[in-house]
Amino acid sequence: MAKNKKDPVIEVKEIENKKYKNAMYMSNKEIRAITKENFKITKAFEKQKRRKNVPESEYLTEMKDPDNIVEFDDLHTYFFTSAGVVKAVDGVTFNIPRHSIVGVVGESGCGKSVTSLSLMQLVQAPTGQIVDGAIRFASTDGKCYDISKVPTNQMNDIRGKQISMIFQEPMTSLNPVFTIGNQLDEVTLLHIPGTSKEKAKQMSIAMLDKVGMAMPENVYTRYPHQLSGGMRQRVMIAMSLLCNPQLIIADEPTTALDVTIQAQILDLLREIKTEINGSIMLITHDLGVIAEMADYVVVMYAGRIVEQGTAEEIFLHPKHPYTIGLQKSKPMVTKDVERLYSIPGSVPNPINMPNYCYFRDRCNKRFKTCDGAYPELRKLSKHHNVACHLYDDKPAVNQTKDDNSVEEAK
Amino acid sequence: MNKDKNKKDLDITTEETENAEVESNVTDEMKNEFEGQIVNIDSPNETNGEKLSAEAKAQLESDEEEFKRIKIISPGKMVAKRFFRSKLSMIGLVMLAALFIFSFAGPIFSSYGETEKVGASKEVISVIPHTINVTEDGVVVQYHFYEVSDPYLVYTKTAPTWQNWLGTDQYGYDVLTRLMYGGRVSLTLGFSVIILETILGTFLGALAGYFGKWVDQLIMRIVDIFNCLPGLPILMLAAALIDGWGVPGRYKIYCLLGILTIFGWSGIARLVRGQILGLRGLEYMIAAEATGLSTKRKIMKHLIPNVMPQLIVSATLGLGGVILYESTLSYLGLGVPIPYAAWGTMIGSTSGTTGREILQNYPNIWIPAGVCIVMAVLAFNFIGDGLRDAFDPKMKR
Repeated sequence: MAKNKKDPVIEVKEIENKKYKNAMYMSNKEIRAITKENFKITKAFEKQKRRKNVPESEYLTEMKDPDNIVEFDDLHTYFFTSAGVVKAVDGVTFNIPRHSIVGVVGESGCGKSVTSLSLMQLVQAPTGQIVDGAIRFASTDGKCYDISKVPTNQMNDIRGKQISMIFQEPMTSLNPVFTIGNQLDEVTLLHIPGTSKEKAKQMSIAMLDKVGMAMPENVYTRYPHQLSGGMRQRVMIAMSLLCNPQLIIADEPTTALDVTIQAQILDLLREIKTEINGSIMLITHDLGVIAEMADYVVVMYAGRIVEQGTAEEIFLHPKHPYTIGLQKSKPMVTKDVERLYSIPGSVPNPINMPNYCYFRDRCNKRFKTCDGAYPELRKLSKHHNVACHLYDDKPAVNQTKDDNSVEEAK
Repeated sequence: MNKDKNKKDLDITTEETENAEVESNVTDEMKNEFEGQIVNIDSPNETNGEKLSAEAKAQLESDEEEFKRIKIISPGKMVAKRFFRSKLSMIGLVMLAALFIFSFAGPIFSSYGETEKVGASKEVISVIPHTINVTEDGVVVQYHFYEVSDPYLVYTKTAPTWQNWLGTDQYGYDVLTRLMYGGRVSLTLGFSVIILETILGTFLGALAGYFGKWVDQLIMRIVDIFNCLPGLPILMLAAALIDGWGVPGRYKIYCLLGILTIFGWSGIARLVRGQILGLRGLEYMIAAEATGLSTKRKIMKHLIPNVMPQLIVSATLGLGGVILYESTLSYLGLGVPIPYAAWGTMIGSTSGTTGREILQNYPNIWIPAGVCIVMAVLAFNFIGDGLRDAFDPKMKR
């Protein structure tokens, strides 16, 4: 197992080390060579995923902390494109504790969606692959799955039943040729074997009622095009709740909705969280939403975590210059600003990233040390970590791991 | 002038968007209910919460009544409505219905059978003279002898009469009855071929589109090969081959069915593959995957129903083509053989030396069959066009 896993990683590193003659231009030959390499690597991964009758011992692990429902541990999700390896998620480590809402924030393309898709094993294969790291998920049956290693057919039992997902675009996330009822029933019939069609219908209608849909019997018989955006998002939420999942991933659930509906949907999500007694991983680029909803916040930038902590810590005492910049660029009702602050520059191209702080070129607090290697995550308090050279005097997270475990043992 | 035009346009749009209006009414209503619901959610903390929710309840009930007043049109009904509104497709439907009744119910009322010889006949004896020269002892002796057959019946082609509305043909069969039985062959064959073709094409196209990579490569290259084979010569070759194997006449139609299916599925496979390639990446497919559906279910339950409109249209339009191919093969004598009736075979009687007389003097034998073929193909094309317009959501006519 370990042997199989390691080979592609080594190959990835070989590709990284290759020096191209001209960084701005790639010849056909180079592209072909990369494509060939990529094919080899992705094929190895796909083969591993497709295997049948995988012994359970391969993908069952132990949670580090039983209070967590999901632990991302040094997750690396790469996309093997013909232009090079895109490190969409590059060493992300964070936990989702039980009964909490964890918000993941960042600009477009910072890897927040890919992190969530990795958790569902929905990364666009074969180009996208979980290359390294683990995603530990505590299942209801007491087992702990390492999702990065679970074979695809086993994954179908987890998807929708234990982890469900709410998508960004309610307008296109429902199949236009089936009625709402049909699509809701499908999930129940699939995941709760032995349910009769009538029982499934009852459950669907009850769920539609629960998400605040007026006249659920009527909505049940409707087609998606007959509903408004807010109603469709409610249907999506109802669908994700049908099997009492432990974790709901909400991938920008309010982006496509207008502000009033947004508030309703967020209220609904919060209510539901308490009702199902589960956790929510909320992905958004709207800091307001995060501030209102989340217990813990993870700020991502270019595939890495730059700062993480409780909502209070991130919003009241942001430490990383990027987080501070994000806060400043948020419109405030109380302040009268002529021009909104914006962080200069844009997100760097994620291909062949050199080893220095990715935010260096846009940072207003850049100093000499920033030319060095990528800063490590440093611990500021129990939950608050930051990756910035400004805090180099603080203890690194990895070093203090042992101390933590000792503390917890006490 | 310009204003008038605008006005006209507006009128048209209001007329046409009847359905849309109904829908928008519905959604507005739902929004109102939403607001009622919000009050409902927010109010429990307040002292007059119960009162408010009661009010909301009353409003809900009244809304529900109004809701029942408005008919909800499902997409299927919408398509049907648009289809039946178009005159051309109705003409096609009527033509097709007439053909079906003619060929499936007609024989019940006909007093003759498919292979029943009813034409006027004469008893004849054929006499063939033979001459043989034999040299006997240097003398050439000429022998004459005559081969005389048993008396047999020869049927004369007859013009339409009150007994035989379309006359009889050179074998003494009643043309009208033959026309009915020929229709059975053409229509049954057409439908079975199209159904088989669609199933095969959809299955392979869906596989290619969904899995991509080598599956796609393999299936699409096979499709390419089938697409670059010249249709008619290959069909003739295949039909001749089956002729050579000595397949009995009764079963030849099944061979024909097989040949037409094998050479016809590639177009549908390409169509389905293209559609599925586009649909596969859509949000709702990722959402379906996120609910943990298996691959089989995803293809069968989510992708193929989405291709259905295009499939129905292409199948209907393809039906005409199949009927034409069947007629062509029958005309060339490679389809349904003589004692059995087929429209193509009936037209085929005009070929050859004996056929010239039929072509010139007995149009009652071949023109009706030609008219039937034209009618069938036209009907399917009209219906196909109508369906295409009905299924197209962007169509505003």
